[in-house]
Amino acid sequence: MTILYAGILLGALGIIFGAVLTFASKKFHVEVDERVAQVRECLGGANCGACGYPGCDGFAAAVVAGEAPVNGCAPAGEKGAKAIGKIMGQEAVIGEKLVCRVLCQGSAGIAKDRYQYDGYQSCSTAAGLAGGPKDCRFACLGLGDCMDKCAFGAITMENGLCKVDPDKCTACGACVKACPRNVLKLLPVSASVIVRCRNSDTARVARAVCMDACIGCGRCKKECQNDAITVENGFARIDPEKCTRCGACAAVCPCKCITIE
Amino acid sequence: MLTKTFKRGVHPLHNMHEGKSATRDLPVREYVSDTVVISMAMNIGAPAKPCVKKGDHVDIGQVIGEAQGFMSVPVHASVSGEVVAVDSIPSLGAGNVQAVTIKNDFADTWVELHPLGNVEQVDPKAVIPAIQAAGITGMGGASFPTHVKLTFREGATCDTIVVNGAECETHLTADYRLMLEHSTRIVDGLRAVMRALNVPKGIIGIEDNKPEAIVAMEQACQGRAGVSVQPLKTKYPQGGEKQLIEAITGRQVPSGGLPIAAHVVVLNVGTCAAIADAVIDGKPLIQRICTVTGCVRKPSNLMVRIGTITEDIIGECGGYSETPGKIVFGGMMTGIAIPNDQMPVFKSSNGIVVLNEKQAKSKDESPCIHCGRCVAACPIGLNPYQIKVAADKSDFAAAEKLHVMDCILCGSCAYQCPSRRWLTPSFKFCKDHITAEAKAKAAASKPQPPSGDAARNAATSKDVDSMGKQSAGHASKQKGGATK
Repeated sequence: MTILYAGILLGALGIIFGAVLTFASKKFHVEVDERVAQVRECLGGANCGACGYPGCDGFAAAVVAGEAPVNGCAPAGEKGAKAIGKIMGQEAVIGEKLVCRVLCQGSAGIAKDRYQYDGYQSCSTAAGLAGGPKDCRFACLGLGDCMDKCAFGAITMENGLCKVDPDKCTACGACVKACPRNVLKLLPVSASVIVRCRNSDTARVARAVCMDACIGCGRCKKECQNDAITVENGFARIDPEKCTRCGACAAVCPCKCITIE
Repeated sequence: MLTKTFKRGVHPLHNMHEGKSATRDLPVREYVSDTVVISMAMNIGAPAKPCVKKGDHVDIGQVIGEAQGFMSVPVHASVSGEVVAVDSIPSLGAGNVQAVTIKNDFADTWVELHPLGNVEQVDPKAVIPAIQAAGITGMGGASFPTHVKLTFREGATCDTIVVNGAECETHLTADYRLMLEHSTRIVDGLRAVMRALNVPKGIIGIEDNKPEAIVAMEQACQGRAGVSVQPLKTKYPQGGEKQLIEAITGRQVPSGGLPIAAHVVVLNVGTCAAIADAVIDGKPLIQRICTVTGCVRKPSNLMVRIGTITEDIIGECGGYSETPGKIVFGGMMTGIAIPNDQMPVFKSSNGIVVLNEKQAKSKDESPCIHCGRCVAACPIGLNPYQIKVAADKSDFAAAEKLHVMDCILCGSCAYQCPSRRWLTPSFKFCKDHITAEAKAKAAASKPQPPSGDAARNAATSKDVDSMGKQSAGHASKQKGGATK
């Protein structure tokens, strides 16, 4: 008999709570834009924060609210931007794909060491101790702050220098922000001729601290047929829009600091 | 002897007299070298700007670097002779700094000095300008401009000047020798500041491992109005500003606040003596006492001119007794390892400790065993093991919630840790990151620079500037750093 009472009581309670929940779900229903979930599906999903919003959910909500551009997610790339554009009924304007490039060749043995660093393994900490363990004040410190920040596993450390895998890189820019030396830069994929040094010291000083430093000699500038190279602040810079990737500059560079990908 | 102290803390090298026995009984010797390299960035704040050229003749005490703004102090020539170079040298922090190299002619000619006379009769309004003109910065290690410390915001009041004679750092005996040999000078400097700020009370705190200094300072205080000596328990970091205030006055400095929030100003004994020199004789800060110890043949307390090269100082102390592994400016707990022995002495360099290769070797960390020794050691009352977990994940928001910004980077937790966890360096990493982020946020809220090529070029030149402006790094024993 007792088991029957218990069954009836529980059953009644279940019916009452069910009724309350049904009422509540109807009464307090929140209208969710289904596009938010759809947009969220198209994103990179790394929560890298490169878009400037708090994670992928924040960005998706901002896109649907019309605050963020449809092409704002770098990791999603061209494909993702087009898909989001379709959901939002907008034309996604696609710029050229960017990729992160390392503007330094000062690996161990090439760039001179100032001292042996055995402290906390972080570039930003090392950079704050007597100007960093490498003599060149522009060099990659090789302790991997960028590697830690990369959500896509595109960065590896090789011989005291970071190396970016262009296929994995989504140009989110997290590594660029993390680098205390501003060694990393986002450049268009097609800009394959790169000056891999930004040492603005005089030629004598630059050469003394690194075998592969740009000394600002200007031979590349003379060789360039398209006026794409400027030598300012002691190092050469290539304008990717004017450059025709002919490679003449790389051939004459005495310091081998212009490379062609 | 009734001693006071703060809560928690550690006692490093307690079984070997804090490493001080090699130099504590050695009187201060004067040493003047052939060449000095005087850095323009010896204070927290804006570096000075060199105002002499190569080939100029300078006298001792002549201004060679002009202060840039209020948060900056002038730099003076510490020897007489010819300026042989004005160029940039690596700093202890990030980037390079300007420095003036002077070849000493040993004529010891001084510029004309403007003494203010007896500290008890001096015009109180003239004291702080005299301190500023003399280029005095905190000589205990932090090199904060003293005139800035003594100038309060509207509404702030001060009722006590605390003088730091604790010298809680291991190995160093510079302040101890100063208290023994120039005790009257310290009291003179303290009295000058008390009169300038109209403060009735001045207390000199000294650790009880220096009984001779306590006696000498008590004698010097006799007959002087409002000054007294307070013996303190030998414990690290007794000389930390906040710990010293807690020990002596029982007050706590609020989180993120300065000592003036507890109505106290803290000065180092060396700073007090420099103030006395500036007021009584009109002499600028051109020399300081520096303890040279560790792997040197003749450990010494030297009175060196600012800008003396480390190599020369080591040579004066008989050279290295073993192959040096690391040279540390300051004590073993908060000192900074220097990149090579060409580094000149700064206004804040209270010691040079040379470690051999075995001592310099840093140990790998092992997992936390949750023993809680770091919590028992932290003088601030933080939970270092928890902050370390946040730091390892680069979770700066969590670290900030655990009050990492209140950490004074004393290294007590890392010293106590049986797992040799790199606690302090990871906290410094967090603090640097949080400070940089706050700065970037403040900069972002300002108007944006023009876009296009102009902005790109501006960004490149900014890259170069920002390198020189990063704050100087601290490195304790565990924080490691430079190996020669």
